[in-house]
Amino acid sequence: MTDTLSTSQPHPRSDSDEPLLSVRDLTVTFQRAGDEPFVAVDGVSFDLRPGDTLGIVGESGSGKSVTSLAIMGLLPERGVRVTGEVLYNGQDLLKLSPTQMRDRRGAELGMIFQDPLSSLNPVVPIGLQVTEVLERHRGLSRKAAMPLAKEMLDRVGIPDPDRRLKDYPHQLSGGMRQRALIAMALAAEPRVLIADEPTTALDVTIQAQILAVLKDLVEDTGTALIMITHDLGVVAGLVDTVNVMYAGRVVERAARHPLFAEPRHPYTAGLLASIPRLDGSRGERLQPIPGSVADNLPWTSACAFAPRCSQPIDQCRAQTPELVQHDDRALRCFNPMEVTR
Amino acid sequence: MLRFIIRRLIQMVGVVIVLSALVFAWLKVLPGGTVGALLGERATPERRAAMEKALGLDQPIYVQYWEFVKRAVRGEFGASTSVQPGTDAMDVFLTRFPATIELAVCALVIAVLLGVPLGYLAARRRASWFDNVSIVSSLVGIAVPVFFLAFMLQYVFAVKLHWLPVSGRQDPDVNGTRVTGFFILDGLLTREFDASWNAIKHLILPSIALATIPFAVVFRITRASVLEVLDEDYVRTAESKGLTNRVIRGRHVLRNALLPVVTTIGLQTGGLLVGAVLTERVFSWGGLGDALALAFTRRDYAVLQVCILMATVTFVVVNLLVDIAYAVIDPRVRTR
Repeated sequence: MTDTLSTSQPHPRSDSDEPLLSVRDLTVTFQRAGDEPFVAVDGVSFDLRPGDTLGIVGESGSGKSVTSLAIMGLLPERGVRVTGEVLYNGQDLLKLSPTQMRDRRGAELGMIFQDPLSSLNPVVPIGLQVTEVLERHRGLSRKAAMPLAKEMLDRVGIPDPDRRLKDYPHQLSGGMRQRALIAMALAAEPRVLIADEPTTALDVTIQAQILAVLKDLVEDTGTALIMITHDLGVVAGLVDTVNVMYAGRVVERAARHPLFAEPRHPYTAGLLASIPRLDGSRGERLQPIPGSVADNLPWTSACAFAPRCSQPIDQCRAQTPELVQHDDRALRCFNPMEVTR
Repeated sequence: MLRFIIRRLIQMVGVVIVLSALVFAWLKVLPGGTVGALLGERATPERRAAMEKALGLDQPIYVQYWEFVKRAVRGEFGASTSVQPGTDAMDVFLTRFPATIELAVCALVIAVLLGVPLGYLAARRRASWFDNVSIVSSLVGIAVPVFFLAFMLQYVFAVKLHWLPVSGRQDPDVNGTRVTGFFILDGLLTREFDASWNAIKHLILPSIALATIPFAVVFRITRASVLEVLDEDYVRTAESKGLTNRVIRGRHVLRNALLPVVTTIGLQTGGLLVGAVLTERVFSWGGLGDALALAFTRRDYAVLQVCILMATVTFVVVNLLVDIAYAVIDPRVRTR
């Protein structure tokens, strides 16, 4: 380890308003030789305080996953330009050397991925995949790390952890694999956990279990959580604040309750209308959002969502909407949904 | 793991039985038959009949096969007729096999020690000048005919520069004590280190000539395999844990990338042990490839039988070793 910021420092749980992670104007541009540059993330900003839970919601191509990879410093170096600031404890992660960033990853910032089978190394036992994090960031020997790894597996709800330590990923069920991934990500007790579609590859009953495990662990350890998903249903019971992203920009940000009760951006409203509801009347049809991201207009001269919007006005195709702070939310829309109450 | 190995051993016996039947059938369909081969085309019918009776060829075919198997198990294939006339064919094989193994192992070590690291580096630095140069050199390695390369090496380093011996396995005047038939090992065992050193010097040029193709293949497969693994989700997971480069490389990239490489090495080993005919001829190595080529051109059926049977057994054994290596690296294979 070349960096002096020790990872064995106790994590102070402060109730201060100082953000733990502060993303400022984060922009990610993919620029491959011969291709037009493509802006995947466009000026995204948000704050995360210790213990916060934040959802980033959007469909495929909205830039939510790229945002998380940019924060983790996991984007390829070639052909990608990342600008803006990612301040962690006041220090800009984007300015760190690869080695310094390596010291933070796993220790300060943990991440879990979408497909638990392909995200686990098929030829390395689960136990070693957990202990290697502790060996790296806590300086423990493998022998000393094993009991901790066992405890971690136990905490994420893996039965018979002693046996599972020696098992390989293919010997575990899908839900167990995702639990194992969570155990690895949380082994060194990072202060920020990014979960990128952690339940998408799992069936519904397992989804609920995994979300419950995540919720418990985050509450127990005070880890701040960024939950990335295309499914508003997933964030409904889990996060305090929701960022809705469209075409690389945040279009609506609000606390969970106002957002679900009263979506103001037509895109948010569309996402909510496309979730099946148990309390809906029989025969009620789901309302998909028409069109696809391929119809988007460039943000530089219009609202990208205008071609798919349920209530566009002329201004939407002529001018770029800004993210404006209203009473209980930030909104990027010229013609938001009516307030019903 | 043990069950896995036992299962493979049983399969191996089956393969050897099938192969022995094939070799037997091949002997039966030789132009002119065994008798014609032994007595020549113009033998009288009486002499042919007498010979057939003497060899048991008048017996039903399954009896003949059973006799063949019994003799094969005892290693009795008769005397060599032209490779080393009068010597027992099995002895011809046994004296030459160590020579071939020595050469093949050395070539393989060169191919793997160069091919795997270079393939890994080329993949890590895809499209760099290093990558491009390596790809072109590996292409040249495959494209240049082995006998041409062997002659060139011999001409430049032995004939012109006198750095290394021209041919053979050891200088005639060294006269090392024979223990195992592996000259380098013999020298070490009898503490005749000069003999070992002399054998090593003889080994260098033929090994390089023989290593070019396996090197190029191992290099290419490693490069392609590493490129594929680098894009895998679990490598990104390893990165997200902040592991050191050393751990990511060894545990997460190479271990997975080596699976196809192991298969390739196995296939190449089989080929090297049997088919180093050209290299062995150029350097008068006196190994199996040499014997095979001679036996073919001069119809030495006893030697051919031994060599072909033993070659198939060797192939099967190497395959077993590859399977075991595979199971050691990949846990998914073990449970299958």
